[in-house]
Formats: sequence, C-alpha cells, structure tokens
Amino acid sequence: MYTYVAKRLLIAIPTLLIISLFVFMLQKLLPGDPILAMAGEERDPVLIAQLREQYRLNDPVVYQYLYWLGDVLRGDLGTSLRTNQPVTELILQKLPVTIQLAVMAMIFAVLIGIPAGIVAAVRKNTLLDYLANLVALSGLSIPNFWLGIMLILLVSVYLGWLPASGYYPFFADPLRSLETMIMPAFVLSTPLAAMLMRHTRSSMLGVMRADYIRTARAKGLSERTVVMEHGLRNGLLPVITLSALLFGDLLAGAVLTEQVFTIPGFGKLIVDAVFNRDYAVVQGVVLCTAVAFILMNLIADILYVLLNPRMRATL
Amino acid sequence: MIDPAMPEQPRPHPAAEPVLSVRDLAVSFRTADAWRPVVNDVSFDIGPRETLAIVGESGSGKSVTSLAIMRLLAKGSARIEGEVLLNGRNLLALPEERMRDVRGNEIAMIFQEPMTSLNPTFTIGRQIAETLLRHRRMSAAQAKAESIELLEKVRIPNARGRIKDYPHQFSGGMRQRVMIAMALASKPQLLIADEPTTALDVTIQGQILDLIKTLQEEEGMSVLFITHDMGVVAEIAERTLVMYRGDVVESGPTEEIFHRGRRPYTRALIEAVPRLGSMSGHDWPLRFPIVDIETGRVRAPTEVAGTLDAAGTPILSVRNLVTRFDIRSGFFQRKTEAVHAVENVSFDLAQGETLALVGESGCGKSTTGRSIMRLVEPLSGEVQLDGYDVLKLGPGDLRRMRRSVQMIFQDPFASLNPRMSVGQAISEPFLAHHLGTRSQARERTAELLERVGLSAEMMRRYPHEFSGGQRQRISIARALALEPKVIVADESVSALDVSIKAQVCNLLLDLQESLGISFLFISHDMAVVERVSHRVAVMYLGEIVEIGPRAAVFGNPQHAYTKKLIAAVPVPDPARRGIKRNLAVDELKNPIRPRGYQPPQRHYREVSPGHFVQE
Repeated sequence: MYTYVAKRLLIAIPTLLIISLFVFMLQKLLPGDPILAMAGEERDPVLIAQLREQYRLNDPVVYQYLYWLGDVLRGDLGTSLRTNQPVTELILQKLPVTIQLAVMAMIFAVLIGIPAGIVAAVRKNTLLDYLANLVALSGLSIPNFWLGIMLILLVSVYLGWLPASGYYPFFADPLRSLETMIMPAFVLSTPLAAMLMRHTRSSMLGVMRADYIRTARAKGLSERTVVMEHGLRNGLLPVITLSALLFGDLLAGAVLTEQVFTIPGFGKLIVDAVFNRDYAVVQGVVLCTAVAFILMNLIADILYVLLNPRMRATL
Repeated sequence: MIDPAMPEQPRPHPAAEPVLSVRDLAVSFRTADAWRPVVNDVSFDIGPRETLAIVGESGSGKSVTSLAIMRLLAKGSARIEGEVLLNGRNLLALPEERMRDVRGNEIAMIFQEPMTSLNPTFTIGRQIAETLLRHRRMSAAQAKAESIELLEKVRIPNARGRIKDYPHQFSGGMRQRVMIAMALASKPQLLIADEPTTALDVTIQGQILDLIKTLQEEEGMSVLFITHDMGVVAEIAERTLVMYRGDVVESGPTEEIFHRGRRPYTRALIEAVPRLGSMSGHDWPLRFPIVDIETGRVRAPTEVAGTLDAAGTPILSVRNLVTRFDIRSGFFQRKTEAVHAVENVSFDLAQGETLALVGESGCGKSTTGRSIMRLVEPLSGEVQLDGYDVLKLGPGDLRRMRRSVQMIFQDPFASLNPRMSVGQAISEPFLAHHLGTRSQARERTAELLERVGLSAEMMRRYPHEFSGGQRQRISIARALALEPKVIVADESVSALDVSIKAQVCNLLLDLQESLGISFLFISHDMAVVERVSHRVAVMYLGEIVEIGPRAAVFGNPQHAYTKKLIAAVPVPDPARRGIKRNLAVDELKNPIRPRGYQPPQRHYREVSPGHFVQE
C-alpha cells in the first residue's frame, strides 16, 4: 500500500512538470504584450527595455522557464502585473472561498445524487425511477446562472429567506457564512448531483444483478442489508472515483455561479486576470487548479484501492 | 422379506414425512405482452437425508425450479404457482418477512459460480458470520469461533488463519467450500446445490462431491442437487427427476432412470453422456449414438476409420516448445517471476489424426495451441506446420501460414461478432486472404453452412438468432473457410449441452472423415477425449507428462497425474453411488517459477510403442 502511494506520488511529479511547462508556454502564446500594457500610454523605449530586463524577458526561453519554476517551487508565483500584489497572496485569499464552496457543493451533490441513484436502481422502471431521472436530466440541462438567478428571485427577493449575494469568511462568522453560501453551493451541485445519480444508478443496477447479491438474498438477509451493505459497497466504487474528479473540477472555481452570487473565488479571479492580461495571476491559478486536480485524482485512486480488496492484493 | 444379513440401508424410510414436497409448481416469466411459462407442473418429494437430483439441459427449467422454491425470482417479472411445502408449511403462502427466516436457515443454497457468488469486498469470515448473526442470534465472538469451526468442517486448511481473507485469495474449489460452509452455518434441513461443481476442474469436482456426501451424512441434511451432468447424478442422487423445456420428463430412483428409463429424452440424455472406459475394443474414434427425442430410435454410432496417415510426414511437428509469461512486481516493475505456461513440449500430429491435449486449468494446454499458431509468441522451440517453419515466419508468411491452421474457441457466444451476419463472418477469412470474388465467397459460405448441418438461407441472420450449438457450427464453418490442414479446437465442445456436445463431436468426426483434417483437440473432458481422439497427451504444469495412443493412455495409464485425472471423472453408473474417492484436499499447483529458474531435464520412458511417460 505504501509503495503504491509513493509510486503514485512519484508519477505525479512529471505530470506536474509537464503542466508547469504548459502553463508557462500559455504566457508566451497569449496575444498582447504585457510589458506594453505596463509601460502605459507613452511607451517610453527606455522604460520598456528596463522592464524587459527586470522581468528577465531578454533571456532565452528555457532560462525563463527555469527561473520561473525555481520561483514557483519556493512559493513565489510572481507579482500581479495589475495590482503589484504577490500572486501567492492573491490565491491564498481566494482559496478558502473556493474550497468552502466546493466542499459544500460536493456535500449537496453526494447527499442528493447517491441516495437518488440507489432508489432509482432499486425501484427500476417505477414512477420513482422516472422521476429521479427527470430531475437528473433537468439538473444537467438547466444552466447554472439561470437557476442561480431564479433562486435569488424566489428565495431572496420574494421570500427573503437568504441573502442574495456576498461572502463572509467561514471562521469569522460560520452561520452567516453558511447562510450566504447555501444557495450558490446548491446551484453548483445540481449538475454534479445529476451525474452522481446517473452513475450510482447504473453502477447499482449492474451490482444488483451480481451472483453475490443472489447469495446474500439466499442467506435470508433483509432487502435493506442486501442493498445497503452487499450492494452499495461494490456499487459505490466507481462513484467514488467520479466524485473525487468532480471535486477537483469544483476547485477550479465556478465562473458563472461566482459571478451571479458575486462571490470572490477562483473563478472571478481568473476571469479578471484574463481580461487584464494579468499573466502571472492566470499562471498561478491554473497551476494551483492543476495541483488540486492531480491531488484529487490521487486520492480517488487510493480510496478505490482501499475499498477494493482485489486491488489491494495486486499491490 | 427383509434379509437380516443385509446392513441397514441409509435410505429414507418410505413412511417418513418428506422434508420438502413440491406440488404442481409452475413458473412463468413476464414478456412484453404475456406470461411465458418456463416450468410446468413440477411435483416431487425429498425425504429426510435423501438426495434428489434434477437433471436437464439449458432451458429445462431446473435452476428456475430451485430459485422458485427459495422464492428468489424477481417478484414483478416471475409468477410462481402451486405449492412448496417445507415440513408441511407452504412457502409460497408465507409473507416475505417470514420467508427470509426460511432462506439461509431451513433451506440453504449453493450456486454454480463460486468465483462470483461471494461478495468480493467482504472477508469470508464476515460473510459466514453474517448467516450466524442473522439466524442463530450469536454474539460476534461466538460467530467468529463458529465460522472457524465451519471452515474446518469443509476441510479448508488453516481455517483460523484464513478467516480474514477475501474471496479472491481462494481458488475456485476453495471458494465453493466457503460457500458450503456458509450454507451449513444454520444447520439447514435442506441444501439446494445448483450446479455446484460445473465450473470446477474435474479433480476439484471430485473433492467437492465427496465433501457434500460426507457433510450430508454428518449433518443429516436432505439435498436437492441441480445438474446437467449424468455422471454427477449417478454418483450423488438416490432419486432423479429429468426435466426438458420446463416439463418433468421422468422421475424415479436413479438406478431405474439409468437402466430402465422409458422416455426417449431420458435415453437420449443418458446415451449422449460419454463414458470413460467405453472405448475398449474400439480402435478408431467412435461417433456418439444419437437418440431421436420424439421416437426414441437410436442411430447406432459408427467408427471413423481410415483417416489416419500415420506413415507420412506429420502435418504438424512441435519440438521443445517453451512459452513463458513474465510477472512483474515491486516498485520498479521488474521481472521477478515467470509463468512457465508451456515447458519443453514436443509432439507430432499426423494427417487426419486427432491428438488430444488434456489437463486442468492452468496446465498450459490452451497456451500450447495458441503458441503453435503464434497467437502468443513462444520463447523457443520449433514448430513445423504444413511445410512452414512457424516460429521463423515474417508477418506476410505468418498470414499465409494461418490458412493451414484454424482455431475453434470455447465460447460460441463470445467468439462471433454480434454485429456481423453469419454470412459475413464465414466469408471474411475467404475474402481477407483474397481467395476469390464476393460471389464465390457467397457460394462457398452456402456450401460450408450446409456442410456443418445448417442451411444456406441462414447467411443473412445474426449470431443472436442462433442457439449455442448452432453458433459453434458457425464457428466451425468459419474455420473451414480456408480449407485448413489442422484445426485447433480449444475446448470447443465444453460449453455445450450434452446432447449438443454429442452432435458437434460427431460433426467434427464427419469432417475429419470427409476432408482428412487433423485436429489438435484441447479439452479437460477425459470422457469426450477418449471418444474422439487417436492419441492423447496429458499436460500438467506446462509439461506433457504422458503421451501415447488413446487406448494405451486410458487402458494403461502410467503417470500418477493421469491416473488421478481418470479416477476423478464421474462415472454415469448409479451402482457406484456411495463410493468415495477419498481425494485429498489439495489444489492445483501453478507453474510460476522465480526468474532464472532452470527446469530439470526430463526423461521419457517408452511403455509400449508410441506410449511415453515422464519419469
């Protein structure tokens, strides 16, 4: 098991390097010269030359990459070309927001999607199954921003139950923080819940046909035990992998939802950075997201192995 | 008159109340617009300590009957009528809640596939304890102690140490023992065994049958044994019920069914069973007798003589063939071990000859067949096939060589592409090798279909429209399309029902007689092998341990493994019931060796002309 984890971590290193290379190239490929943007209207050639020297833009690209990589490894993602704030600082500001939103959305998705999937599988081809599928399909096809706006109208404007927007740090005021985040998290969770539901359903349908389910029934176990223990333990395996990947996706930020609810998360950060050609910030956020994604992938694989004795044996 | 000298019979007392009494059981499945009957009016009794076998081929309704007794059929899609009386109580009238107290408690069940019937994510200890906790209200500690005892009862070595193991850490035979332990947990009055040995190797099957017999005596259970194998029936059952397409054909004491079975179907079933040792006195492969199910008329079997050209150059000659697969492990995935799948195998196959490769799973018989065709790459050796030096061929010649040798696989369902019509499947090799135009290919396909006993009109149909036996005929037609000299038949009849198996074997023999084809007949079924082959090679752990003319190997087996294999085959003779083989609890060894392992030099002793045994 430990060798497996160690091996997976080692494999993650080249993956990260490749991603860092892409992130670095991104800057080179994007149109528009940030130095010109920085130099301002006058375009003073001396200032431009100075800035080029300061940002090491006259060195060969390989050196530029290595300097950059060295800085990144030391935790220095550069400074925002726009605000002159260190990028690391910017990211650390937004990260808790995004993590809170992602965790809450994931909890909603799991709490809605998995039970609905189980029920739909066990009550296959009944009204309940059709209903669950209909809701899932809606969850997948209704755009987030529209659902967000409608919820704001209904819950905040008409009913006045929840605030329409804003953000409060969780540790400063947990209750208030939860209150503002419930709606965006729910909106964000709808397509995930739908995917989890569909996956749980099809996985459970396959598992419930397995021979060992018949064995469990032949033992005289109650249908509840058969489904929730013998079935679920096997049926959830593929769902767990999917959940971890979806969570990685959430950590990348949710541009539209954050815009609708004006939440200062990753999504907003990256959109602003792209519009301002603030490459250092774009690089930092993309890199961060990639690391989060790889980490979640790793966790998914490890969980899968932990829950699956057959896999454990092959390690 | 009771002869006082006779020992007391272990038979049920005729007056004893039956444990299970099934009356007019009928099952139907829901189809799109109607209820389709699958089991009609089945009635039988099982007395205390008695074993009743239900025998039949696929689609006979035998498994459905057993599942109906347990009420394990899906409620919405199956309708059960009639009465199932367990000690006089009608199970079909019980509420589901009460039925659960019967399942796994008064009636326990074991299934055909030990590989998939245990939950892969729970330890076996937990799965056994589950029954104990459910039905015997034990504490967790008691249940654990009892689980160990049960594992010991089913003779699993080192039971205490294995309780925390997962199903995949056990072999098929051991898993079936775990299933039996689980079934015995609640001391059931009736054990339903649904094809419990079908998926197992023959020596393991012998062990499991022995175990069931022993435990039945120890526990005083009744057994309902579902099987398709007449040999198993003869060994285990006091009474037998024959089913065909949902109907009971005949029932009675097993001896009477075997010796005085009156119905044509019963006769057909029994005649189709190959009997080990029935070939003494025959020099050549012998066709199976075919009994007409309607009239009961027996078409007498004929020998297949004069196909063998033993004097000429062999069509296939294999020398010192070695095939190994590396096993990688550890942090850097280094090659640490190797599976010695085929080790120093040599044999000749003459024109028009059938050489059988027999052995149990993992003995390397299939890998040998594949190595010869270079479907897997052998490590070393020499293969001469129809003038080709097979192991030295480049890609182009390899393709041409494959015209000389074709293969028929085991699973007729998986080996035909479901999206290709039968005509396309058969004409594909013909067209791929540019042997003629499309219209010629069509003619050839029609001819081949007729040749294998199908009709040319079936060309446009798709595989799912055919039965298993018909699909295997299609596979044979496809193999014949290139007019090969050699056909490698890899377990080609193993998955087929007995009567279909007999017909397909007869077809292979017909083809050999008319076309002079040589067969490399790979099989685990000793009785079929005895019937169809000229020579036999017994494989064990990748090596040929004994090879020789069929009559010599079966009549005078020399190697211990050959003897063990022959002894393990169930004999369809009820007189042998109660004879235990006393096979030791052992598992098939595997041919995995550390890297760099040098196999010992083997020597073969010639017992009689052409009959060699490894020393």
